[in-house]
Amino acid sequence: MSQLGATLDVAVGPGAAGTPQPPVTRRRRQPVLLWVAEHVVLVTLAVLFVAPVVFVFLTSVMNNDQALTSSFWPEHWAWSNYAHVFQVAPLAAWFGNSALYAVLATVFMLVSSIPAAYALAKIEFRGSGLLFMAIIVAMLLPPQVVSIPQYVMWTKLHLTGTLWPLILPNVLGDAFSIFLLRQFFLTIPNEYTEAARIDGAGELRVIWKVVLPMAKPGIAATAMFLFFHSWNDYYGPLLYTSEADPEHWPVALGMATFKGAHSVDWSTTMALTMLVMVPVVVLFFFAQRAFVEGVTLTGVKG
Amino acid sequence: MTALSPTRPAGVPSAPAGAAAPRRRSGLRRHRQRVALLLVTPALLGLLIFFVYPLVATVFYSFTHYDLVSSPRWVGLANYRYLFTQDPNVVQAARNTLWFVVFMVPIRILCAAAVAALLTRPRRSTGVFRTVFYLPALVPPVASVLAFVYLFNPGLGPVNRILKVFGIEGPLWFNDPQWAKPSLLLLAIWMMGDVMIIILAALLDVPRDQYEAASIDGAKGYQKAWYITVPNLRPVIVFSVVTGVIAALQYFTEAAVAAGVASGKALVGEGTGSGLGYPEGSTLTYPQWLYVEGFSNYALGYASALAVVLFVVAAAFVVFLLWRTKSFTGSGS
Repeated sequence: MSQLGATLDVAVGPGAAGTPQPPVTRRRRQPVLLWVAEHVVLVTLAVLFVAPVVFVFLTSVMNNDQALTSSFWPEHWAWSNYAHVFQVAPLAAWFGNSALYAVLATVFMLVSSIPAAYALAKIEFRGSGLLFMAIIVAMLLPPQVVSIPQYVMWTKLHLTGTLWPLILPNVLGDAFSIFLLRQFFLTIPNEYTEAARIDGAGELRVIWKVVLPMAKPGIAATAMFLFFHSWNDYYGPLLYTSEADPEHWPVALGMATFKGAHSVDWSTTMALTMLVMVPVVVLFFFAQRAFVEGVTLTGVKG
Repeated sequence: MTALSPTRPAGVPSAPAGAAAPRRRSGLRRHRQRVALLLVTPALLGLLIFFVYPLVATVFYSFTHYDLVSSPRWVGLANYRYLFTQDPNVVQAARNTLWFVVFMVPIRILCAAAVAALLTRPRRSTGVFRTVFYLPALVPPVASVLAFVYLFNPGLGPVNRILKVFGIEGPLWFNDPQWAKPSLLLLAIWMMGDVMIIILAALLDVPRDQYEAASIDGAKGYQKAWYITVPNLRPVIVFSVVTGVIAALQYFTEAAVAAGVASGKALVGEGTGSGLGYPEGSTLTYPQWLYVEGFSNYALGYASALAVVLFVVAAAFVVFLLWRTKSFTGSGS
């Protein structure tokens, strides 16, 4: 692994190109200058990537007069900004709506998509190739292409103005989740599913007893993708919830209007931004492995 | 090119092969076919109701005048004629979206690849760096936009204040028609973590012995890069390009929210039309224009024509993808 890393820098890193060395010994001979250069670049980039969040945080605890002055450091730590956000916007309702949307969408997706993904990965059946192709196309097409008839449909069902048009379709599966789950299920060796079948297990039992336990990280990753997708969704709620009814907005929609509604109140806006960023970061640290595995599998393992 | 090949090589029987029961085996097969159909039925219905039907309906609506109140009225090609010859905004919207396809996709991938390459050497600090570069991809985009519009605030935003320290007069960023798209590009680079993780995993997956064999044969560093690293990364790059292009074609949230926050206008419902594209239409993307026509002006027929054109462009890329790279569908070969 360590030699691999070294050789890859030869292959990809601009500084190292053109110095052919046997890969195994390269790491030991890496020049000090190169080591320093690499670390300077890495640390600089890391600072640039963290800086936005630091500035957002610092601004969120300034009083609003100071937010647009030339000082970077808060004079008084105005933690009250965070309480103020809850007073000026129905923030509890927004978070509640986001949570309802994300949790229900995820639960519905799991119930409907796991069986479909299992069938696509582990059972030979006529039309599976065609179905899989349709799922990929559905997954890749921009949502705007089909949103007009969908909108007409939900209007006729009198469900616009709520988040249900975004939650309910998951009862009938989600294309991206099915695709991702199938990729995970493919990595389960067939010996396990076949053995369970020989022991007389039906397909549902195979899913419950073999696939679910073995694909736990993959299922967790898929669930988290949909959870975040729903939690972050702006286009869907913009389309379906009503302008006159902020109580029904999720937080992504609410915070987009927040700045407009509160003119130049940057420090309160940044406090709200922190309140939305922090839970995501916390969740990431709890579930880091599942995330990284999930992202990786979408693109590489195929 | 089907879902079957990776599961089981063709010709290998699905049930345990025994001389005893060829009939039982085919019965079992039929049974499993039925179970499989049962398992995929919800997903199949979902595809039909939320994808196939809307696709057909969009094409139908695109030949009609439809405002949701009265029923659709057939107008033939009038919507398309208006789209291609008269619509005053569609050219700018399409050009803006093209800008994002042409600049955002390759620049994000190049930045992600460069950072991933720096992270391949194992160090104690690798995990920390990886997390730092990946996390922004998870932050809700609306929150990121708010943060960036504040940071790049032309008056006393931190970025221009820092630039001033170095004697540089910063531009107006999100408030300047010339700089609004590049500002969104900077935001997109900050959010490149998902691409970076995929490329990093692919870099670490390149079989080491290929490099060793090349070294033994006397290959130079750039030769190894060109003949080993690039071919091994190709599937991932193709994947990133195509998904990137698809994402750029539907680029909506960041541009819409940035325009709304920078212009100080509210962003929901009827108000959407007014703030979109700020400043001077420079951030009005094609999907935003579709949204305005469809859901602010309730010109659903015309918006459907816009959607059909978007579909044709996006489908061309999807077809290209399926034809070009088999690794994506999992059939390997």
